[in-house]
Amino acid sequence: MLTIVEQEQGEPHETSLETLTLARELADAPLEVVVFGDEGAGVADTLGAYGVGTVHHVVGDGFDTYAPEARAESVVELIEELDPEAVLAPGTDRGHETLAHVGADLDLPVAANCIAVEPGEVYELSRHRWGGSLTEHARLDAETKLLTAAEHEFPIEEATEPTEPAVVEFEPAVDDERFRVKVERFEESDLEGVPLGEARVVVGGGRGVGGPDGYDQLEELADALGGTVGASRAAINEGWRPHDDQIGLTGAEISADIYIACGISGAVQHMVGTKGADAILAINTDPEAAIIQKAEYAVIGDLHEVVPALNEAIEAES
Amino acid sequence: MNVLACIKRVPETGSKIVLTEDNQRIDAGNLGFTMSPHEECAIEEAVGLVEDHGGSSTVLTLGPEEATEQLRTGLAMGIDEGVLLETDGSEWSPRETASAIADAVDGEGFDLLIFGNESSDMANYQVGVRVARTLDRPCVAGVKSLEIDGDRATAKREVPGGEEVYELDLPAVITVKEGINEPRYASMRAKMQARRQEVETVEPERAGGAGSFEKIELEAPEEDDSVAEILGEGPEAADAVVEMLREDVEVL
Amino acid sequence: MSSRELPDAVETVIVGAGVVGNSLAYHLADQGREEILLIDKGPLPDPGGSTGHASNFLMPVEHSKEMTHLTRRSIEQYDEMDTFTESGGIEVARTEERMEELKRRVQSAKAWGEKGRLLETEEVMELVPYLNEELIVGGFYSEGAGTCDPLRAGEIMRERGKELTGGGLVVSPNTEVLDVHVENGAVSAVETDRGTVAADEVVIAAGLWSPKIAEMAGVEIPLTPAVHQMISVGPISFFEDYEGEISFPVVRDMDTQMYERQHGNDLEVGSYQHRPILWDVEDVPSIDEAPLSPTQPPLTEDAFEQSMADALEMVPDLLDDPSAGVRHEIDGLLSQTPDGAPLLGPLQDVEGLWSAAAVWIKEAPAIGEALAQWMTRGWSDIDLHGSDVNRFYEYGNSEAFVKNRADEGFRKIYGIVHPAEQWQTSRPMRTSPFYNRQQELDARFFEAAGWERPQWFNSNEDLVRKYNDELAGLLRGNEWDSRWWSPTILGEHLHMRDHVAMVGDMGFGKFDLVGSDVVEFMEKMAVGRADVDVGKTVYTPILAENGGFVSDLTFARLGPEHYRVITGGAVAGSDRAWFKDHIGDADVTLIDKSESLCTLGVWGPDARNVVDSVTEEDMSHEAFPPYTAQEITVGEVDAWAMRLSYVGELGWEIYAPAAKGQRLWDVIAEAGEEYDIRPVGMGVYGTTGRLEKGYRLYGHELELEYDPSEAGLTFHGVKDADFIGKEAYAEAIDTEDAATLCTLSVDDHTSSAGERRFMLGNEPILDSDGEVIVDDHGRESYVTSAGTGPSVGKHLLMAYLPPEHAEEGNGLQVEYMGDRYPVTVEVVGSRPLFDPENERIRS
Repeated sequence: MLTIVEQEQGEPHETSLETLTLARELADAPLEVVVFGDEGAGVADTLGAYGVGTVHHVVGDGFDTYAPEARAESVVELIEELDPEAVLAPGTDRGHETLAHVGADLDLPVAANCIAVEPGEVYELSRHRWGGSLTEHARLDAETKLLTAAEHEFPIEEATEPTEPAVVEFEPAVDDERFRVKVERFEESDLEGVPLGEARVVVGGGRGVGGPDGYDQLEELADALGGTVGASRAAINEGWRPHDDQIGLTGAEISADIYIACGISGAVQHMVGTKGADAILAINTDPEAAIIQKAEYAVIGDLHEVVPALNEAIEAES
Repeated sequence: MNVLACIKRVPETGSKIVLTEDNQRIDAGNLGFTMSPHEECAIEEAVGLVEDHGGSSTVLTLGPEEATEQLRTGLAMGIDEGVLLETDGSEWSPRETASAIADAVDGEGFDLLIFGNESSDMANYQVGVRVARTLDRPCVAGVKSLEIDGDRATAKREVPGGEEVYELDLPAVITVKEGINEPRYASMRAKMQARRQEVETVEPERAGGAGSFEKIELEAPEEDDSVAEILGEGPEAADAVVEMLREDVEVL
Repeated sequence: MSSRELPDAVETVIVGAGVVGNSLAYHLADQGREEILLIDKGPLPDPGGSTGHASNFLMPVEHSKEMTHLTRRSIEQYDEMDTFTESGGIEVARTEERMEELKRRVQSAKAWGEKGRLLETEEVMELVPYLNEELIVGGFYSEGAGTCDPLRAGEIMRERGKELTGGGLVVSPNTEVLDVHVENGAVSAVETDRGTVAADEVVIAAGLWSPKIAEMAGVEIPLTPAVHQMISVGPISFFEDYEGEISFPVVRDMDTQMYERQHGNDLEVGSYQHRPILWDVEDVPSIDEAPLSPTQPPLTEDAFEQSMADALEMVPDLLDDPSAGVRHEIDGLLSQTPDGAPLLGPLQDVEGLWSAAAVWIKEAPAIGEALAQWMTRGWSDIDLHGSDVNRFYEYGNSEAFVKNRADEGFRKIYGIVHPAEQWQTSRPMRTSPFYNRQQELDARFFEAAGWERPQWFNSNEDLVRKYNDELAGLLRGNEWDSRWWSPTILGEHLHMRDHVAMVGDMGFGKFDLVGSDVVEFMEKMAVGRADVDVGKTVYTPILAENGGFVSDLTFARLGPEHYRVITGGAVAGSDRAWFKDHIGDADVTLIDKSESLCTLGVWGPDARNVVDSVTEEDMSHEAFPPYTAQEITVGEVDAWAMRLSYVGELGWEIYAPAAKGQRLWDVIAEAGEEYDIRPVGMGVYGTTGRLEKGYRLYGHELELEYDPSEAGLTFHGVKDADFIGKEAYAEAIDTEDAATLCTLSVDDHTSSAGERRFMLGNEPILDSDGEVIVDDHGRESYVTSAGTGPSVGKHLLMAYLPPEHAEEGNGLQVEYMGDRYPVTVEVVGSRPLFDPENERIRS
């Protein structure tokens, strides 16, 4: 069992620790993991608690930066050397991408976003489809079984018997060509003037806002969170906001990390535009309003009182 | 430049998904079909690139004859040509799909192949990468920003706090995520014209490889009936909201 | 889903919180209901039904007075709630034929008191500059049209209802009805996933799900979900300069059966031109399963292709705006009924169960109000008889019928529909035993309540030649006027007046009422005295408490505790409901004989000779006086007959078991041979004969909004016994009438184009200055019935006229198809124009 562990400054990512929980379900400790990056070996300090026996630290020029093809090639070489029953990766962007490359290299299937796996000659597994709305039960049969563990589906659990991981440096013979795609640099997000559809935070106001002036508080909230203000069709029809601010069927579809819906009842027309939001916070006086049914979080109350209080609290926070 | 957008026909679903009696597929009933949201962005990106840089765009799908409907959506959004790799409608594995697509596009002179990061129905995260590797082209997945300068592409991927920047030589493959752009709405006239446009149909070869991944059945998990977590009533809730924004959503 | 408990018991449960359910809740509260529960399976404010996807515009002018008045009243309510925007609306014509139809729109606008005028092409373009001028021949401008926000209106009405009842109105969204409990024929409770609530009344306002709720109570509501395709295009740069929802009139492109209307910076394009797409309610997804909402499935693209082409042609500049795209496209599901009208009123097989289904946004607030009035006081300000759910009772509730008629009716939504146009599907359905014989005689059948009734017989064509001289000047040259009409009707009429005719079957409702309380019950129901000698027949108004008409009908006393009620076929279901509703605890049983008995009328100067020759009984004037009934035997057929006539002739209505009907027909036909007896159609029975005699027809002259004094039907006086509407009736007799029903004749038929035109009904009556005549109660004068009187040689019209115009010999005008025609008041009141002393009937 070989697990790809992602790390930052020697600290394994939580999703990688989750993946180790799955790995222990499939094989007895001690486990083997592979890490990349100059500080990768540092994970050994932590991973002992999780039953890791060997940390294969991939070294060599270029491995400090994320380069999916090169990483995959190294994993393939490790597979050739270790002949693991399975290779696991966390169900993250990088995990999926790396394992897809491995699968392509070896011409083997990959089971993505697994939530349960029964060990055996053939793996009987369950995985997410439709963003978790459906579970697929399937059989995976391959010389090397490639799987990713769905995020936040496995608990982070320490092993019953801690180990002392050995760090083994591994220098693969990866062709330069495999470094053709790599992270060239990192850029901090620029959140100013982000259009509604791309904003990470959207503050929406509906009829409950009561008039064009009521949006000032919403603007303040959006500014504090680096977000953008939108509106429901009802508010647009009243002429309180320009047409471009409309969220919904005939307006923008947002893809925010959070949508803060203020005084919005939750009409279908509107909600369709919010499907791409990861979470919704509804601020509404009516606990039976449709928006409350669809929101992850709610505050029951008048937005004219709640939003200013929230603005103050955020200011106090920063 | 010549750009290919690859899309997939998937059922249009609500919050609750209903399965057929044999649990093998979604009961789309009368709900209709659409394409995965990431792929709408793939189409938008392809159309936008050709608008900016000239050349021609193509939309391709692998699926049953009915998937022509989704190709036409692409045509209506401004794609020039449509290609259907026609199947009997059964589920093809990522390897089979990638192999068929690679066969179809090899030698067709596409500078850029754009896929969705993952399909909404199968969500395997692989087809784009596998096609890239089969054709030996550079590939970045999960792209949320793309710029083309000559024969070089700059792609960005979102990570906490910012973006990673990648650079690729064309020809290349990228898979995109929702948010890279705002897909345009097709105009009424374009929709009408797209309905009349011919779509090229190819019969793809179904080629697997070693090992197997075999679906047993699908299951709709118990519905999450939980209503919103009530963070409080009135202005007193502000602190709880701040905590949620900081801890759970991480926007503070 | 909620912490809130449902009440254990309420007076009224309303199932469905769409716009009509909300309106009903508010108006019931306003009318004094104190405990109301309004529930919906979906969330609020948009539970997922048709209210959530309507295009929300209201065009008030329709050819139906009922619908026009309901829409006007709804606009008033939306406006009062600040949820109405008066944008105006234009119906544009691409063809001359449509322009003619738009003239009829103006005519209807005037008749129903609504603003409306024709526009030249240039005027259309001034109001809506983005249309394609080249396509437009002209338009009809409805200045009072506009758009509403039904979801907001719903919120306001719920809040008002809660206030009025001091919290007695409980609103419970996310509550699914699992069952409707019925005990002893009356509704007792509604079972939901949040508990069971006892109720005296349950109203089904569940839109296209209404049939499912009705089924839980064991009854039927005849409607089917049908697709109305709608697409929204934007953002359109042209609209950027205009703030708010709408700044231009809504446009109906009538000839393509489409509409285009601004909504913010979108243009909404809706269509009724596509092929009818009917759904099975079981296929409509739940809220959770639906991507948008249950009633907004994805657009069926191939069906919309022609609509797109037509819209692009009519609104090219906006739809080709490079910034604009199709942002929203749906197959919007709405409720389609067999005749397109709503389904309102008590469902007579379960006491306390009401229907408020198939209601459009444009009439919902007013329907909620009217229905609340109906429920709380027994009558509504706006007569809803055209929408009575009982009109389909016992014939029109099957799925097959609903689908057939919905499919056929969908095509008529923006169509040019002739007032006499006949349905083509699900026919024949109810046939009398005479049907085969009538077919042999090449009858042209019209349908009423499913009954096939000959309108005229092509075998009688010779009569047109025979009466050539009498009919000169009465024949219709214009295609529209003569559509669904034949001069043979006039020939048949004159033959009947000269000789003898047989008429039938009329499709009557026939109800026997028996029981120890039946005399008292009949007294309560009828204006006319019920405690008459056995064998007497009584023609009587049936009134609501306000003194307006619920029906007019004839009953006969068959025995000390036995009556037979005979009423018109089209209203049989509603009348049956009205009678059943009022039985209460009385010992009265209603036995429906509508389908077991057939009716054959034999009328004319020779009627006695024909009938007497084949009956065992003495049919002389002395042995069988007028307005009496007896059992007789006609040839081999045991029958029952009433001596009366709706055509003003000597004769009988003979009732026989349906199984012996054909024998009855043959016996009479054979006996009549020597008198040249002819079968004649309903064209004579329902129009020519009755108009000459000044006989009123329910639904035309008689309705809730007029009383018997105004209708000239006070010949019963005020009897001692109590009856429904007595107080108002007595007061109406004592008060001067605001309008009196008159018979008018057309002086000159010549149109501005030099053609002879014949009014068909529902035309406005104008004074000599060309102003529509309005009475003191605000009621416009219009033609309630129109038809030719061959025996008086005139085209006759009936209309209510206020006293200053109701003078015999007075000259007025009628507007028809854009022209005005001089008319003269022939009779004020109910005196027959033909045979005023009724000598023929009494001969």
